[in-house]
Amino acid sequence: MLMPLFKYRDLLAMLVVRDIRVRYKQAAMGFMWAIFMPMVAVLAGIIVKKAMAVISGGDLELLGIVSMSVKILPWTFFSSAIRFSVSSLVSNSNLVTKIYFPREVLPLGAILACTFDFLVAILVLCVLLTMAQVGVSIQLLWLPFIFLMLFCLTAGLGFLLAAANLFFRDVKYIVEIILTFGIFFTPVFYSSDELGQYGIFMLLNPIGSILESISQVVVLKQAPDMLWLLYSSVCSIAIFIFGFIIFKKKESVFAENI
Amino acid sequence: MKYAIEFNHAWKKFKKGEKFDSLRDAVPNFFKNIIKPKKSTEDLTDREFWAVRDVDFQVKKGEVVGIIGPNGAGKSTILKMLSGILIPNKGDMKIHGRLSALIEVTAGFHPELTGRENVYLNGTILGMKKKELDAKFEDIVEFSGIREFIDTPVKRYSSGMYSRLGFSVAAHVNPDVLLVDEVLAVGDISFQAKCAQKMREMLKSGVTIAIVSHSLPLIQSLCERVILIDKGQVLKEGSPEEVIPFYEKIVFNQQEEELKNKLKKSTFKVAPTDNKPLITINKVDIIDGKGESKDDFPFGSNLTINVEYNADKKIEKPVFSLVLFRSDGVVCFESDTKRRGVSVESIEGKGKYIAQLGELKLSPGIYILQLSILDRDLVHPYVIRKEDVFKIETDSVHKQTSSVFWKDVEWRMN
Repeated sequence: MLMPLFKYRDLLAMLVVRDIRVRYKQAAMGFMWAIFMPMVAVLAGIIVKKAMAVISGGDLELLGIVSMSVKILPWTFFSSAIRFSVSSLVSNSNLVTKIYFPREVLPLGAILACTFDFLVAILVLCVLLTMAQVGVSIQLLWLPFIFLMLFCLTAGLGFLLAAANLFFRDVKYIVEIILTFGIFFTPVFYSSDELGQYGIFMLLNPIGSILESISQVVVLKQAPDMLWLLYSSVCSIAIFIFGFIIFKKKESVFAENI
Repeated sequence: MKYAIEFNHAWKKFKKGEKFDSLRDAVPNFFKNIIKPKKSTEDLTDREFWAVRDVDFQVKKGEVVGIIGPNGAGKSTILKMLSGILIPNKGDMKIHGRLSALIEVTAGFHPELTGRENVYLNGTILGMKKKELDAKFEDIVEFSGIREFIDTPVKRYSSGMYSRLGFSVAAHVNPDVLLVDEVLAVGDISFQAKCAQKMREMLKSGVTIAIVSHSLPLIQSLCERVILIDKGQVLKEGSPEEVIPFYEKIVFNQQEEELKNKLKKSTFKVAPTDNKPLITINKVDIIDGKGESKDDFPFGSNLTINVEYNADKKIEKPVFSLVLFRSDGVVCFESDTKRRGVSVESIEGKGKYIAQLGELKLSPGIYILQLSILDRDLVHPYVIRKEDVFKIETDSVHKQTSSVFWKDVEWRMN
């Protein structure tokens, strides 16, 4: 898999740069949006948290806000990366039907462009967390591994859905619906513990267990729940391999079916 | 390695109509194929057809091959298979060396990006490295001739500037094997000349080229070998002098058929005297020097036209006229009895006349004959007949001209 990707790394890099540039072209604020958007997301999360606190009659805890903040940004990354990668083949149909290159650079490029936004968002969040006086701990070393799993999961789904969407445009709408409502079925605004015995269903969703691991590591400064981290890692890697194999199997008929 | 392109008995099928399998069938099939990949089936299902059938050719290193054929013959499909965009159902192909395909030079452009950004983007899509592009950037901009607008988003470009920039990037790829699909006709005349010049430079540098084009003069001037494709099959292969006239013959035959059908359908309205034309032309024969009535004649034939008519009433001093049109509507010549000083006192009932055209050095192509009989002042036609079509053929590629006539000009060099 990696050999052709290495050969086409310049193309991949160029497509990522293209996607990032195009996103902020002809916008007066330009690149500032990349910084502004995560702040808006966190702000929206705080409002939701406040509303939940009012309804349940409790207080708005700082811990809850911080936990929500570190989970909403990976979720935003996940949902936007899936959105962009699903349509990555179809929206580049010109390239798919006219020029040869390994097609996986298209969904991968879309995901990497979102990863760039995510990295900016992480920097913004670091500043916010420092202001909220959330300290560091040795457990943060888990983060690169967790992020890698998040990336594998996203890329695997991206490959699978991009290929599926090429054959059936229904996929795009189905994905849109799932992503819109998915945030309610994923422990973003709340944690799986709050659901008691039903919390397990939140964690069975690999994105849910990944988000909880991040929260545990950053906010609670604990080691992640090994069982669930193992579960989500296995899921992520399996989905990545499965998605990639299907993508490559179907790649040769992309041009005539688009 | 002897060959740069090997194309071995390749077959490719496509589907007609909106290809939409129901989701109910597609999902199980999708998974079935993953578990047990189906052997590329060799028979067609109801809506499928072979777009390319058993095409087999090789191109030597440094050779320039032209691929010609009517629209929908499968030429572009062949190039797309060569470049790896499409995979053949049967057969295989090999390319030795770095390949570049100029199938659509602006395909990689993004309208929001500037010319500069697009040069880099399109260049990498066409297979260049960033470093290479840095080195060639100046040349590319110079070649395109739009330095002034290089930092303007290409969505603001005119379509000419757009394709000029596209071609400029593509022309600087420096491949070993180049596939060209009808992209040389971009920009204005001076830019087209530049493109042709660039192509010739590439030829000299020993690049192997497969070029698809409908411009036969271009193919003739660039290619050493031509492959004629029709309905997905190789019809003929050989030197341009052999293949191009053969192809034109086929095209002329089709054109002749179409013209005949069209002319038969359209009835010429003759100014109504009594609703019914007074004269009918019953039979027209175009005859060659040997007295044979035919539809197609070799270049330089002696042609004579025999006409049988029938006049219902007695007509005083009629004028007989003929006009020869080329298939595109150009009038080649006309003649009538009045201006030639042939006077006819009167006609009634059945009659015949002969018009001798002599040796006709018409360029190869399709011609339409219009015959009419008019009153003495050439104002009122009794009958107009425009449905006789004939064809001039040649085996020599040198007689292919865009002019109406072939003229044997005497040249003297002092």
